[in-house]
Amino acid sequence: MTLLEIHEPGETPLPHAGEGSLAVGIDLGTTNSVVAIAREGKPAALHDETGKAMVPSVVAYPSSGGVLVGDEARLLMPQEPRNVVASVKRLMGRGAADLHAVAGVLPYEIEPGSGETDMVKLRIAGKARSPVEISAEILKALRKRAEEALDKPVERAVITVPAYFDDAARTATRDAARVAGLEVLRLVNEPTAAALAYGLDKGSEGLYAVYDLGGGTFDFSLLRLEKGVFQVLATGGDTALGGDDFDRAIAERMLAERKKDGLDDQVDEAAVKAALALARHMKEQLSDRDQTSGRLELSGVPSFHALTRAEFDAMIASYIKRTVDIARHVLGDADMTAAEVQGVVLVGGSTRVPLVRAEVAKMLGKAPLTDIDPDEVVALGAALQAEALTGGGDTLLLDVTPLSLGLETMGGIVEKVVPRNTPIPVQLAQDFTTYQDGQTAMVIHVVQGEREMVADCRSLARFELLGIPPMTAGAARIRVSFAVDADGLLTVSAEERTTGVQQRIEVKPSYGLSHDDMADMLYDSLENAEADMTARLLTEAKVEARRSLLALDAALAKDGALLDGSERAELDQGRARLEAAMAGEARDEINAAAEALETLSKPFAERRMDRGIREALAGKSVNELESRVGE
Amino acid sequence: MDHFARLGLPAALDLEPASLDRAYFALQRQWHPDRFVAKPAAERARASAEAAALNDAYRTLKDPLSRAVYLAELKGVEMPGDGKTIDDPELLMEAMEAREELHDAGSTQAVDALAAKVRADMKASLSGLGSLFLAGDKPAIRKALLRLRYLDKFAEEARARRMNLERSTA
Ligand SMILES: Nc1ncnc2c1ncn2[C@@H]1O[C@H](COP(=O)(O)OP(=O)(O)OP(=O)(O)O)[C@@H](O)[C@H]1O
Ligand SMILES: [Mg+2]
Repeated sequence: MTLLEIHEPGETPLPHAGEGSLAVGIDLGTTNSVVAIAREGKPAALHDETGKAMVPSVVAYPSSGGVLVGDEARLLMPQEPRNVVASVKRLMGRGAADLHAVAGVLPYEIEPGSGETDMVKLRIAGKARSPVEISAEILKALRKRAEEALDKPVERAVITVPAYFDDAARTATRDAARVAGLEVLRLVNEPTAAALAYGLDKGSEGLYAVYDLGGGTFDFSLLRLEKGVFQVLATGGDTALGGDDFDRAIAERMLAERKKDGLDDQVDEAAVKAALALARHMKEQLSDRDQTSGRLELSGVPSFHALTRAEFDAMIASYIKRTVDIARHVLGDADMTAAEVQGVVLVGGSTRVPLVRAEVAKMLGKAPLTDIDPDEVVALGAALQAEALTGGGDTLLLDVTPLSLGLETMGGIVEKVVPRNTPIPVQLAQDFTTYQDGQTAMVIHVVQGEREMVADCRSLARFELLGIPPMTAGAARIRVSFAVDADGLLTVSAEERTTGVQQRIEVKPSYGLSHDDMADMLYDSLENAEADMTARLLTEAKVEARRSLLALDAALAKDGALLDGSERAELDQGRARLEAAMAGEARDEINAAAEALETLSKPFAERRMDRGIREALAGKSVNELESRVGE
Repeated sequence: MDHFARLGLPAALDLEPASLDRAYFALQRQWHPDRFVAKPAAERARASAEAAALNDAYRTLKDPLSRAVYLAELKGVEMPGDGKTIDDPELLMEAMEAREELHDAGSTQAVDALAAKVRADMKASLSGLGSLFLAGDKPAIRKALLRLRYLDKFAEEARARRMNLERSTA
């Protein structure tokens, strides 16, 4: 299936499904998924025969044929580990260039897509399958569960995504729903959905925070609740931080303990998987007790491992500190203090860890709200929104962009067009110009992230605007418009505006993704703001210097004859000095050399000006000139 | 339509945050794309454009500084576009000295003190804008706004510096 779709703005590919069918809310999680329905403002998760709401986000393609989802799929893990896929959400919208970020974590054979920008595929049971297809299997199973429970066709859904999901991952989620025969009424951010469930349940008003720590992602959002309006003020997070990291820390410790005891393990895929599974079990036990122990058997050799809550807390402290730092940052973005937060909602399985609760309480100075099941709260909120979108309802959800969107300008500097935390939908434009005389094409490179340099941001799309009429440098007006819709999906267009020649291109971002992880980018932005500024100033100095060199060369080519030999030699020397400075990293030297060259070329510039005036005046009578002067 | 008119508010420097919110929420209730999920494509596109324009207006008017800059531009004051340019030598000197001070601030307390000073400074010059607007003194308005922009940027830098200090001492 193709992921790079270009359709008319405002056009939905699917016509509206029958009004008789029901609309559900789906939390499509990394570890677990939940489907829920709301009727008359009362949401409920849909359970299986045994009363379980959570469906493990695991898909199996048994060698005997068919597809299994959830607990059944998980049961196949020991026998056919290579035919079972877990945590596929981490691959949604990920391109070949992203691979090394997740490689090693995932025990599958991974095939890059056909092009650099395509999403990766997994080779499972002899067939290449895309993360979209695999996620669609989970969605199909949830849809079936809903149809059985409600005894009605279900064709529409609100699906939640981490607030911090980028454009590619959002598009991939939409596509998965389409494959599963579900029309997506709206993609809603997970923390926003959680707040919806709380707010509507409690009729709360004021400033609320949502702290969501799941298996693989962390989100922190600040919302204002007021008379049915849910206004997201700011959001932040990390798409690679969660309970999985805790598991890894414990597993590494156990493997190290074995090594210390002289066991010479072959640490292969199976060993890592076994250690991780035990680690997770021990971690979850430590949420209810002060110590635990486990038995790890690798290649038939057993070992015993004890772990206390205090030891565990020390192991995960740095991860939790990172979440607290991000949360503080979000508060700062919203220009709010912890004291102003009325309540904090905990979401996600990893918020059961006592240290997480304690640190959140400490940061915000109040005990977190946990009265809605943290496993279900996101799906419940999604169900409420599904009802509001189909049946009316008076709530209003106002969400924001999680990351800044911008363009690459000269020298690899990012010019931000849509700052993070801008309310959506949004449509903002900025004018850019050409750099060289006669330039007829311009590369539009769209990036997402908070850093000053393109290399540190995530690349979303790159296209070329052709057919710019040749003009002097700086004369063209290229207007680039960014539109982000209510699902958080981006469309970019560009046109040249001075000549009336309308060149318009609509581009959906591709998946040519840089290796940087989005979350790191945001977090790094603060850490590196000072260094970034220095880098930016240096690049600006270089760009400025290159611009004046270009101008000088153009002038020399045209009017070089105005200079005598020694003058020309002097200018060339000055020019060479500037070029040498530009090759280095010292901004002061570049600026000094540029200034020196400017002084050197002043007489030349004056002579050119004189000649220009003389030429303009040539052949005109004195009378004519006088009358002109009198004008 | 200018941002004030779009939200049905008088084009004024002083704006009660609550009345801005009220106007914005009421119009978003009418135009937000969530209200148009089941409508034909053309209506959906229109609603989306309206909602985007409302968001732009709200975002611009909500922050007192960006509101003042916007109002100044409406009144014909020409501001440099990128918000980075400082063409006032006096301000340039001030900015360089302040940056030096921030750079030398070795503790979060020192940074906080600088940030507090800047905040107080911003508050004072924001409240001083009213009389400049009243007098219609364009050059003075421009000068004051450029300085405010710089102070705003400095406050952001102070925040980054603080974060770095916090992290390195932790
Ligand atoms: N009692 C517990 N104590 C500690 N951790 C727990 C407990 N129960 C579940 N977890 C952890 O919570 C994580 C799963 O949380 P959750 O189901 O919210 O994730 P998810 O929604 O699937 O993932 P994400 O939100 O990252 O997409 C796992 O790491 C799991 O080990
Ligand atoms: Mg989750």
